[in-house]
Amino acid sequence: MTFTLDVNGTKHAIDADDDTPLLYVLRDELGLHGARYGCGVGQCGACTVLSNGTPLRSCVVPASTLGERTVTTVEGLRGEDGSPHPLLRAFIAEQAGQCAYCIPGMVMTAAALLKHTPRPTEAQIHAALDANLCRCGSHNRIVRAIQRAAEELAP
Amino acid sequence: MSGDISRRAVLQGSLLLAFALTGPRALGAAPGGGELPGSLRRNRQLDAWIRIGADGVVTLKTGKVELGQGILTALGQLCADELDIHLERLHIISGDTAVSPYEGTTAGSNSVSEGGKAVRYAAAEVRALLLRMASQQLRVPAERLRVTDGTISAPSGGASVTYWNLVGGKALNQAATGTVKPKAPGERKHAGRAVPRVDLPGKISGEPAFVQDYRPERMVHGRVVRAPSYGATLESADAATVERMPGVHTVVRDGDFLGVIAAKEWQAIKAASVLAQSARWKEQAALPADPYAWLLKQPSRDSVIEETVRVTDVAPERTLEARYHRPYQMHGAIGPSCAVAEWDGERLTLHTHSQSVFDTSAAIARMLRIPVEHVHGMHLPGSGCYGHNGADDAAADAALLARAHPRHPVRVQWSREDEHACEPYGSAMVLDVRAGVDAQGNVLDWNYELWSTPHGTRPGGHPGNLLAGRSLKAPFPMPTPGGGGPPNYSADRNAIPLYDFPGRKVTTHLVTQMPLRVSSLRGLGAYGNVFAIESFMDELAHAAKVDPVEYRLRHLQDARAKAVIQKAVERFGWSQTPRVPHRGRGIGFARYKNIASYCAVCLEVEVDATTHAIRVRRAVLVADAGEVVNPDGAANQLEGGLIQSLSWSLKEAVRHDARRITSRDWSTYPILTFSEVPSVEVELIERPGEPSLGVGEASQGPSAAALGNALFDATGVRLRDLPLTPERLAKAREAR
Repeated sequence: MTFTLDVNGTKHAIDADDDTPLLYVLRDELGLHGARYGCGVGQCGACTVLSNGTPLRSCVVPASTLGERTVTTVEGLRGEDGSPHPLLRAFIAEQAGQCAYCIPGMVMTAAALLKHTPRPTEAQIHAALDANLCRCGSHNRIVRAIQRAAEELAP
Repeated sequence: MSGDISRRAVLQGSLLLAFALTGPRALGAAPGGGELPGSLRRNRQLDAWIRIGADGVVTLKTGKVELGQGILTALGQLCADELDIHLERLHIISGDTAVSPYEGTTAGSNSVSEGGKAVRYAAAEVRALLLRMASQQLRVPAERLRVTDGTISAPSGGASVTYWNLVGGKALNQAATGTVKPKAPGERKHAGRAVPRVDLPGKISGEPAFVQDYRPERMVHGRVVRAPSYGATLESADAATVERMPGVHTVVRDGDFLGVIAAKEWQAIKAASVLAQSARWKEQAALPADPYAWLLKQPSRDSVIEETVRVTDVAPERTLEARYHRPYQMHGAIGPSCAVAEWDGERLTLHTHSQSVFDTSAAIARMLRIPVEHVHGMHLPGSGCYGHNGADDAAADAALLARAHPRHPVRVQWSREDEHACEPYGSAMVLDVRAGVDAQGNVLDWNYELWSTPHGTRPGGHPGNLLAGRSLKAPFPMPTPGGGGPPNYSADRNAIPLYDFPGRKVTTHLVTQMPLRVSSLRGLGAYGNVFAIESFMDELAHAAKVDPVEYRLRHLQDARAKAVIQKAVERFGWSQTPRVPHRGRGIGFARYKNIASYCAVCLEVEVDATTHAIRVRRAVLVADAGEVVNPDGAANQLEGGLIQSLSWSLKEAVRHDARRITSRDWSTYPILTFSEVPSVEVELIERPGEPSLGVGEASQGPSAAALGNALFDATGVRLRDLPLTPERLAKAREAR
């Protein structure tokens, strides 16, 4: 079937089976590789994108069901002025990641957190990221990166 | 958008990384010869390592691969230092069977110590060679010449010449001699500094960077239907129905190997699901209910790997003993394995995240019954690699499907369930310690025995070590794995204690039957052995009524070992830690493999008195890794290893029933989450000028032991079975 999908501010005409999860549309149809396949059942968070600003597990939601809702992937994550989002700079500054496969999912989850909680406590960061899995043990660096970005966004 | 990362040579950070280029066959795998440093022994030609391009680009070729440990950044630092070039000038080709020097497997915390040493000596020698050429051309003695980013100048504004003017685009045709000394620590600009990882910006911001992201032209999607249990044979499958599904190109069956190829990924997933539902298997696996009782009953290959008989005839005052268990545990990378292969009718091109691109390519060539040089293997990063995971098997799957669908790159992506159920696990182990002690509680005789299935079933060129290779109609038999041996060892890695006990005996019982599929998981046997040794040292200290730190120091001669323990204790505030009910502190120490990094971990736990929930409050880790190339990279690895080890040690054991693996997703194999991760402080003891020692696996064992020891300190209960769960704690407390 053919449907329209609003990704990173652009409307795309998509031709895919109606049950195709958003993840495969992003990766295979639109060439956006930031959302990554981890488990296919919404347990790990590697595929997290934002839908209308809210974290969404793109591996379990059919793209055709999104309708008018906007999708933002890490590639489309920008600061207020259109420059690279402070979270991306903060993750690099903290060297927050080892294999970094899970990181875009972390960044997107954190972006949603900072939108509604500009100065999160460490416990709030932990709670927001608790369903995003990291196997390399970069957790503390990820938390520091989010704190650094929060500092920049809401000093 | 095709996102062809092979051609785009992704520019990441300050240094250019090309993942895959075509080029001439690897040079210089000259046999034998003198004792050259590190991996130069196997690749003597300087051209095998370094190429100066006519365009001013300097290419470093390495057989070591990026696993998320930051090795390419570290190798770049070493190379740029010795050649006196900026990091930006450097271009790295890694793990390409047509271009890179053969350096075996990227494993065992050897990449800096072996691969890095080779890069350093090769680059130093290339620089000396270029200086000699410049000296002749400029008629200035070589020792008076200076190099700035590849430009060689005579002193005080004289003439100059560049590396690329001298040899740009040409082969050096020189074998390494290993005689040119690399720079002294004080002369280095890059090594020893926390240079940011060159690959991280792209991976963080979602650039195509992983093999999972590789999208060559004409690519199609393959999926393999895995057997429901080990050794199951395929009786039937409904290929016809599946081949009529939308987008499906073909169903591939060869014996018990069953796969499908479709145009789009979701079509391949749905087709594989229908195919799996149609498949009838004959299952035969018999998984032992109690892996430890099973291990002890099997015939084993026994070897005494250490024996020192105590010379005096003083009888021990008393003898203590204990038995510890380590379960089957997973690598559990967040991104399941993936590979892309293309068959042109004669040759296979393979993109893989294997740690052993050369050996795995060779195994696949033998599986396809084609010449080894007809498989061109190229490494692309995968998700976190902590040892032998599904990478090699996915590569073999892709090769078989590609052969059935020529001239199209076939991408095989394992599912989460495939990875959980089929990856080779870290082996279960039984660990027995017995010590005879004197009146002060000091060890006189130490007797250690371990039982384990193997820790090394990597492909190593054998198709029988690939899942697919074993499942073909004409199957390749799996070779019987060996036991390792010195100096790295395998099941018995770190089984020989670093402590100075007058009498000591260490015996390995290697069981080569493998009811569960096993291979190398970060640290191999060291994780279990260090847990057992360091837990027992704590038990001995407690029995002797001596502080566990003091007790360790009493039994150690090695000054560097003592230094990491003392530094860790000091930083942790061991003696000042206030005694709070339900809280405890613990220490664990080891020198990884007894030849790599020294690592001491102190941590504090808190136990809920009613639920027995265990929380690690904080951890301090101190390591001595000799001369460190990238301190931030080393700290990242050590902290990551500590947290991963806490996850293993608090939560993880592969679940199964009598037939099947039942840990098939993250709910049936939970791992540590953000709210469970403690704060971690890492400190490195700097040793400039000392040989670099591997760090990647150094913290696994000490962290597990520190946890068990802290739990004992908090509760008075000694848990000896990993993982150390609230259920086990509750049971042990009730039993008291």
